[in-house]
Amino acid sequence: MEKSRPLWDNPLQFIFACISYAVGLGNVWRFPYLCQMYGGGGFLIPYFIMLIAEGMPLLYLELAVGQRMRQGSIGAWKIISPYLCGVGVASVIVSFFLSMYYNVINAWAFWYLFHSFQEPLPWATCPLNSNRTGYEEECEKTSTTQYFWYRQTLNISPSLEASGSVQWEQALCLTLAWLVVYLCILRGTESTGKVVYVTASLPYCVLIIYLIRGLTLHGAVNGLVYMFTPKLEQLSNPKTWISAATQIFFSLGLGFGSLIAFASYNEPSNNCERHAIIVSLINSTTSIFASIVTFSIYGFKATFNYESCISKVILLLMNAFDLEEGSLTADNLSEMKDYLMATHPQEYAQLSPQLKNCSLEAELDTAVQGTGLAFIIYSEAIKNMEVPQLYSVLYFVMLLMLGIGSMLGNTAAILTPLTDSRVIAARFPKEVISGVVCLINCVIGLIFTMEAGNYWFDIFNDYAATLSLLLIVLVETIAVCYIYGIRRFEKDLHTMIGRKPNWYWKVMWAFASPLLIISLFIFYLTDYILTGTLQYQAWDATQGQLVTKDYPGYALAVIGLLVAASTMCIPLGALVTFIRKRLKRESVPTVA
Amino acid sequence: FIAFSTNKGILISNVLLCNVTDRVSFWFVVTDSSKNVTTIPGSEVEAAIRLNRNRINSAFLLSDKTLQFLKITSTLSPPVEPSTPVWLIVFGVVLCLIVAGIVFLVVAGIQQRKKNKESTERENLEEKGEVTVTVENGIPCEALDLKAGHINGVFAADDERFTSL
Repeated sequence: MEKSRPLWDNPLQFIFACISYAVGLGNVWRFPYLCQMYGGGGFLIPYFIMLIAEGMPLLYLELAVGQRMRQGSIGAWKIISPYLCGVGVASVIVSFFLSMYYNVINAWAFWYLFHSFQEPLPWATCPLNSNRTGYEEECEKTSTTQYFWYRQTLNISPSLEASGSVQWEQALCLTLAWLVVYLCILRGTESTGKVVYVTASLPYCVLIIYLIRGLTLHGAVNGLVYMFTPKLEQLSNPKTWISAATQIFFSLGLGFGSLIAFASYNEPSNNCERHAIIVSLINSTTSIFASIVTFSIYGFKATFNYESCISKVILLLMNAFDLEEGSLTADNLSEMKDYLMATHPQEYAQLSPQLKNCSLEAELDTAVQGTGLAFIIYSEAIKNMEVPQLYSVLYFVMLLMLGIGSMLGNTAAILTPLTDSRVIAARFPKEVISGVVCLINCVIGLIFTMEAGNYWFDIFNDYAATLSLLLIVLVETIAVCYIYGIRRFEKDLHTMIGRKPNWYWKVMWAFASPLLIISLFIFYLTDYILTGTLQYQAWDATQGQLVTKDYPGYALAVIGLLVAASTMCIPLGALVTFIRKRLKRESVPTVA
Repeated sequence: FIAFSTNKGILISNVLLCNVTDRVSFWFVVTDSSKNVTTIPGSEVEAAIRLNRNRINSAFLLSDKTLQFLKITSTLSPPVEPSTPVWLIVFGVVLCLIVAGIVFLVVAGIQQRKKNKESTERENLEEKGEVTVTVENGIPCEALDLKAGHINGVFAADDERFTSL
């Protein structure tokens, strides 16, 4: 007897699952950085154009394929054309790489969350040195939050070669993160469907709280003004358009097979066109919303640092020249500096290397992205708020929800093809398959908890998915439009939804999106080839800052392997199918 | 205080101030009344201040941050550390909850699977039984005499109703 495919309880679960998957950490830590680098408010123009040209059409395509074929990525592409089974396998491999390193972020979020229940917050003060006369040297050279991140969380080694040992605290947090993911995917859509209600909606609650708190912070307006002043000259920079296209592409999570997996659990008559539009719009709006919050936090932090810098200069001058308390203020500082330079030129000249030129612009200009933004900048802003423990807990719970939501999609992309395949699913129950996948990922993930783990994390983050995904989605679009045939696809959509897709969708699928992806692909390839050796940022404890180093040979080999493992599956799959068919044709005449 | 702490019977008049500035900072020396007009060595004064820093501070209602003795660094107090770090406690709580959830779901899944197995086994048994016994309206076919037929008592009693031709 055929077991019926598990379904979502209602379409809302499906929408929440897609939102939970698409709205992830990239919306919070990548989009604000791009906005800042490529023209502030002006960046929204290329962003929305790319959303319409590639985001929505490709999302609709993947959802429709999943819903029509009612199989995970491997099965779905096999149905479209037997030569395309490699595409499905490539998606699963990329998802596997992603889930290996992505859960480490959740482990870090757990670490910070557990440390938020202390007064004062551990990243607010430096620890003391051994004879208790001052603070730790490394902490003095850099800021307290950077020290907490690089030394106490990661315990980072000075370079990739110095692997160091596994940090047991991080390993514990990673195990916990995988246990949480296992709990959510244990029963398939039954459990995932309930969890996504929380993982999709809780981040918005926290973002709203942070929006209100952020806008009322002192100096927040500086950050917002800085962000939203459009610098339209950036629109002529091709990097702006490429970054917008890349951001839309990766933010929606196309090509991993997760969207196909989620859509395969839909009722066949589900209106995936409407859902595709809703999900992509919500994803982009969330990015903008998150960047408003981020920039008000930036503004607060920059103003706070600027004012501390000014107070330090005032203290230095007052001590050096024995001036009266209150004679130097922020307002008369520049005049007093000129006066002192004129009256005591020698002492002033001695002092001037220590006198920093405090500038609000310079503080705002420090554009950060990625883990640095999420864990260093935000924790720095939080420690200066009132009741920092509350805001800290809220923030890291939000990061966890975002991260776990994306992990659910990744693991669904791996598990759906496995549970669809009759070979595996007949022998082992769902729980065992999920458990084995989680266990393997957890054990491999221990690499990222070593002292050099963050450098390997950066390798995976930058190279495991980028090129492969572009290729996968390109092959997907061409396959659906030209191999499967756009007329056949139209008819399928008509039977599912009740109406044919209009000219906008067809033009985008057939021409605009493939062209965009090809140009992105060419750009990335030429960029990698032109830069020559790849480099990374290593933390130098003696200087208290990041330095650039070259990747050693074996790291480059790993990068090559990562890219090759997934991209090679596509031609290999076609080749294997071709050989099989040949063998069948040759064996049939002998049987007859 | 300096007088008390050095324990040498020095009066307040032996503490001399000089170089007072607007910034409320000053130099001071302590003289020894027993030996004429000699100053007590700086190291002894330093040691005395180090010992009684707290009392000096509280006399002026100041702290180590607002009253600074140049070249005498204050011993910073380390933050209070509980015996088990707080984060391990929170971690333990969350871990127990998650593991309990997993165990519950797995056990529930196993029980459901057992129930499903039992009900499918029962269905299979019933199917096997029906192969040998065909049933018509709940009465086994062997009991029905299909050729002879049965006289239905309801209609038999009614033949008086029919009008005679």
